[in-house]
Amino acid sequence: MTGPLVLGIETSCDETGIGVVRGRTLLANVIASSMEEHARYGGVVPEVAARAHLEALGPALRSALDEAGVALADLDAIAVTAGPGLAGALMVGIGAAKGLAVATGKPLYGVNHLVGHIGADVLRADGSELELPTIALLVSGGHTSLLHVRDLLADVELLGETIDDAAGEAFDKVARLLGLGYPGGPRIDAAAATGDPDAIRFPRGLTHAKDLDRHRYDFSFSGLKTAVARWVEQRADAGAPVPVADVAAGFREAVVDVLVAKAIAACVDRGVPRLLLGGGVVANARLREVAAERAAAAGVSLRIPPLSLCTDNGAMIAAVGAGLVAAGRPPSGLEFGADSTLPVTTVRS
Amino acid sequence: MLLAIDTSAGTTVAVVDRDGAVLAERTEPDTRRHAEVVGVLIRDCLAASGVAPHELSGVAVGVGPGPFTGLRVGIAAGRAFAFGAGTPVLPVVSPDAVAFALARPVVVLGDARRRELYLCAYGEPDAAGIPVRTRGPELVPADAVPEGAAREGAVRVDVVRDVPTAAALGALAARMRAAGRSFAPDRPLYLRSPDVTISPANAGARRVS
Ligand SMILES: [Zn+2]
Repeated sequence: MTGPLVLGIETSCDETGIGVVRGRTLLANVIASSMEEHARYGGVVPEVAARAHLEALGPALRSALDEAGVALADLDAIAVTAGPGLAGALMVGIGAAKGLAVATGKPLYGVNHLVGHIGADVLRADGSELELPTIALLVSGGHTSLLHVRDLLADVELLGETIDDAAGEAFDKVARLLGLGYPGGPRIDAAAATGDPDAIRFPRGLTHAKDLDRHRYDFSFSGLKTAVARWVEQRADAGAPVPVADVAAGFREAVVDVLVAKAIAACVDRGVPRLLLGGGVVANARLREVAAERAAAAGVSLRIPPLSLCTDNGAMIAAVGAGLVAAGRPPSGLEFGADSTLPVTTVRS
Repeated sequence: MLLAIDTSAGTTVAVVDRDGAVLAERTEPDTRRHAEVVGVLIRDCLAASGVAPHELSGVAVGVGPGPFTGLRVGIAAGRAFAFGAGTPVLPVVSPDAVAFALARPVVVLGDARRRELYLCAYGEPDAAGIPVRTRGPELVPADAVPEGAAREGAVRVDVVRDVPTAAALGALAARMRAAGRSFAPDRPLYLRSPDVTISPANAGARRVS
């Protein structure tokens, strides 16, 4: 095992993640989620998330170091998510990272969360190398981004992103209106299992010719959510039962169709025959299935890191930190703040 | 020697000795830059006082009340620093530091937003010079305060940008420790449940742009 020993801190949304890596080797990946606390609101509440981070950080930090079997003194650096994400949540991690860095005298790296999702791939147990360039599709409750990655630490291009709701958020909202509960992804998945994905055709946002000029790689899920709501309302107004399984399946199909179609289009347009998936929505089996089918048909090789590294976690932040240390990049210093809209071109704050 | 951190208003950091004498203090009054400055202020205080992290015998941390986002930054930094330095956290109710510095009966008020103030009232300090809190911390309607404060027969102090100071917070913590007093529970004084801060329309709001 070689490479820099780095502790990573991630608090951009509702998971408090602390990870420890040595180079490309995962030593610990501790995640405390405040998901249950958000369930009663049907979505992530920033203040609830920020409070939970503050309480979860200390215990997560201790157990990550224990799990990794390393002491703070052994670390080569500390890395923390600087953005994008919820500002108040990010600030908890940044405050803690700075306190820890000053106390231990370790260099501190402020890392881009989206680059972290790509960086997670280097930690996979099979040790196979991520081939570059690659197109990356990152889908979660917080983001929906399509990237062209030429160099993980130096050249990541944002091709497109959602112009309204994130895909995971659309799952939450539609699950709520179907009375399925929270979190929406697994609930919709379960409900859709017995449904017919072709029974109801919901709109695919930003896929019409008129949208493709300006939004070829952008996503929009707010219209889809509204279309589902309207369809359900009309059904209820007519006094007819709502076929929840078919609605869930049709909705899921629309989301997956758009995600995969745009990602494959980017592979083809850019002449990059590789696609990497990341983010919590990768847990959706239908997304993986459709991506696998269409990637194969287009001659694109599909790469999906293990799910524990796809959802938000500290190990992916540590992995990018280790890459930065290994590449001899200078640390961020102590002056950076939380940037809720940190552009993906900024790998390190 | 203690490190003291308070972010219940601006960001203030100090290093004090065991008698509470201030060896270094750094303050950033801007109430929107806690995350940016907290690390620098800690580093600079240590450098200016010539004290290394392992020489500290505790980290006094102001637990509020105060605006939540900023308050959490100081608590997170203080806890993590203490963990990294292998020294205990000494939680202090932030307005207690104001009362300690003034050393007389006072009512400390701070803006809690939503047309409310948070209030702490203090009588004469005790024999060890430690503030005796007679009320609070609690939330009161903003328009009810002048009357309530007058009833306490005390001087009214509004928390503005430069109070409480970390120097006072650290000195109070040193005094409390010397007198064998117990510290506040190690949790932020929000005084409100998290859902009071959101409207239903805000629930499930977009998380990352
Ligand atoms: Zn994420």
